[in-house]
Amino acid sequence: MNENSEFSHSYNQHSMPIKSYLAHPIAGRKDELLAALKGFDQCEVLPAENQNILALVTDTLNDKEDEILKEKIEALSSLKLLALVSGFNTPQ
Amino acid sequence: MYDSLTNRRNFIKKMAMLSAITAAASMFPGIVFASEQEKGIPDNANLDWKKGPCRFCGVGCGILVGTENGKAVAVKGDPNSSVNKGLLCVKGYHQIMCIQSKDRLKTALVKKNGNYVETPLNEALDLVASKMKESIAQNGKDSVAMYTSGQSTIPEGYIASKFMKGAIGTNNLDCNARLCMASAVTGFLTSFGADEPMGCYEDIDHADYFVTWGNNMAEMHPVLFSRMLEQKAKRGAKIIDFATRTTRSSTASDKSILFEPQTDLAVANAICYEIIQNGWVNKSFVEKHCSFSKGLTHIGYGLEDNFQFTDKPEKIDFEAYKEFLKDYSPEKVAKYSKVSVKDIKYLAAIYGDPNKKVVSYWCMGMNQHTRGTWINNLVYNIHLLTGKISQPGNGPFSLTGQPSACGTAREVGTFTHKLPHGVVMNKKDREMAAKIWKVPVERIPSKPTYHATEMFRAVDRGDINFIWVQATNPLVSLPKTSRYRPAMEKKSCFVVVSDVFPTPTTDVADVILPAAWHIEKGGLYGNSERRTQYWQKMVESPGEATPDTWMFIEVARRMGFEDLFPYSKENHVEEIYNEYRQFHEGAKHGMAPLEVLEKESGAIWPYVNGKSTQWRYNAKYDPACSNGEDFHFYGKPDGKAVIWQRPFEDAPEKPDQEYPFWLNTGRVVEHWHTGSMTRRIPVLHQAMPNAYAEFHPDDAKSLGIRNGENIKITSRRGSCTLPASINERGLPTKGQVFVPFFDENMLINDVTLDSFCPISKEPDYKKCAVKVERA
Ligand code: SF4
Repeated sequence: MNENSEFSHSYNQHSMPIKSYLAHPIAGRKDELLAALKGFDQCEVLPAENQNILALVTDTLNDKEDEILKEKIEALSSLKLLALVSGFNTPQ
Repeated sequence: MYDSLTNRRNFIKKMAMLSAITAAASMFPGIVFASEQEKGIPDNANLDWKKGPCRFCGVGCGILVGTENGKAVAVKGDPNSSVNKGLLCVKGYHQIMCIQSKDRLKTALVKKNGNYVETPLNEALDLVASKMKESIAQNGKDSVAMYTSGQSTIPEGYIASKFMKGAIGTNNLDCNARLCMASAVTGFLTSFGADEPMGCYEDIDHADYFVTWGNNMAEMHPVLFSRMLEQKAKRGAKIIDFATRTTRSSTASDKSILFEPQTDLAVANAICYEIIQNGWVNKSFVEKHCSFSKGLTHIGYGLEDNFQFTDKPEKIDFEAYKEFLKDYSPEKVAKYSKVSVKDIKYLAAIYGDPNKKVVSYWCMGMNQHTRGTWINNLVYNIHLLTGKISQPGNGPFSLTGQPSACGTAREVGTFTHKLPHGVVMNKKDREMAAKIWKVPVERIPSKPTYHATEMFRAVDRGDINFIWVQATNPLVSLPKTSRYRPAMEKKSCFVVVSDVFPTPTTDVADVILPAAWHIEKGGLYGNSERRTQYWQKMVESPGEATPDTWMFIEVARRMGFEDLFPYSKENHVEEIYNEYRQFHEGAKHGMAPLEVLEKESGAIWPYVNGKSTQWRYNAKYDPACSNGEDFHFYGKPDGKAVIWQRPFEDAPEKPDQEYPFWLNTGRVVEHWHTGSMTRRIPVLHQAMPNAYAEFHPDDAKSLGIRNGENIKITSRRGSCTLPASINERGLPTKGQVFVPFFDENMLINDVTLDSFCPISKEPDYKKCAVKVERA
């Protein structure tokens, strides 16, 4: 077989990750989650107007910072579920 | 000073936000975000934006690709495209990210003593031509074959057809659209005498109801689904999901109705029964514009090599049809379809209400079906009986999977029986091809040879000694790959594969040709709504990677057909399209000239007097109507569409004691088909790294299976081990397992059955019997 399972290429090198997520708040705590996410410098957040969900984009300098931010977001008590939609790595 | 990195990051952040919004749109009915999403992406002064169609699915979204210093760096939705109005799905946004994959094929590779040796392209093409000639000299024209794709561009398909049928003189040309759209084609031809949908995507803006038949549009046609959700939120349009599995589409719909695999045939007949019983037939429409026919029954499943079938249509009348439907009362059908009488009546009432506009959508669920032609006919019956067809918001709409399954496979005709206009069996069509191609008419054989499945069976039997596979990955996508992989490894067949990346199919090739990717060449695609889209080369390809059309031309010239392929390297796309357009001149299929396609985000054929035709067969919109009536089904000699009497017949293999589960296979939103491109896009690969087997929680419980645990799925053909997925993305009905086929490391098609619809020859990937064990 070929080496398709690795799929590593230049987009992975020296990355500055930008990721987007759907953040599902615990029922009734959407505003609280919105405020908490807005509190992070690296977050841009857009709440859905008619659904209990927020679209979230994170912009970090490197994978380590990305990981730390994700941990912080996941620790928010108003968050029920964080689902990754997409990720981009741009060269530095 | 202009800071390109900051600007680009801002741009990418916008794209990322739009991806999240798009994903949310496919999960939540009528979701609305703050107006920010409407603002779109600001133009970046430093980027050069070029338009084209998306590389991936048959929706055919318009994209704008931003290039900077000769490199593609960004993609956004084309706001001028009426298909997607600036939106894209996750695959669309990320498409260019695979181009620079480390294992990109950049040089030709020739197998020597079991090893691949980098070889100058010219030498590799010499070898391909000499092997093809050698095979023809030794074993005749029908010993060579070509297998192309619904992802081939229009020029690629056209040159493949001219090369095989016009130059060499063999009908050994078929393509992977046989695996996805053939039943749609035979459905259209038998019911209307002309291929492709009568309506267009604008139907979405007018319909009151969308009924999706075995089709998970939220994942497979996400941009169209988000347009439907928008109408649901705006106008209260309703979505009814009729399927064998609960999916993201089901949860976003107003109502989800589940049926037992294969019984869609019976339910469609039951809907017609109800329409007639309740007096909902549009009598004047049916009298003026429809005729009734029946065909043969118990028509087989194509499981044997060299299987042959020809239908024998017979005219019947309305009374005979009504009598036939007596076996399909909702009460009778409810017993085996597992659809309640109430739900059957509910569906019938939607179609039957003269004040409601209804669009039916379907894709693989109805096409990959051993009675695929029949189920297409039966859904047409519903629309014909009620006269809900060929009008804004009313119509049956067969969606395509691949970006140019319509434009290339169906319109250019890269099937064994097809020509760019018409079929090889028709003398006039052969004469037209011979004239335009400037070849003797006797050279084009009048008998079709191998359809896709039979082509690979012929390789296995040793009847084909040379095969050229282009832009497709059959050793992941064919049914029963457990037979066809060893077949392709046999010494009796010389295998050439052109592709952009290594795949399990290039693994068995004798010669691998490095193909240019989508935006590294110019081309044309035709999407589901008859829209032809043109794009120009945007970036250079790496190494010796070359457009497939040009490699075909080079080999044809090496075989002595220089005079038939006089195109220039720089302008061959345009020259070929202009030659091809001659085949479709006239009001029924006229294609837009290049000058129009250069400017606009596609045009819908028939393109007549500078205008796209959005609704065919309706005299208000379609200049080809000539009978003086409101509607004219001019594909049929009598101008009438056919209502077909087609019964319910069982699947060839059903769950039994030894193999107690149905196996259903399909796709996921993150991956394009066999994953050879999307698995090289890190975000998509990370989001969906491997295939899985979905179970109903009750089945998982009784088998003692936990989520994530490795499960072995075995059929009479082979087995495949994958992690179990319980209550995650999709939820199959009890007694059913669902597995996506994108993962080359978990080849579920080793397990599937190569039965097919005897009329369309399209395999059924949705139904076979398997057993399940913990691995
Ligand atoms: S819906 Fe299809 S055509 Fe549109 S962006 Fe997604 S993959 Fe491309």
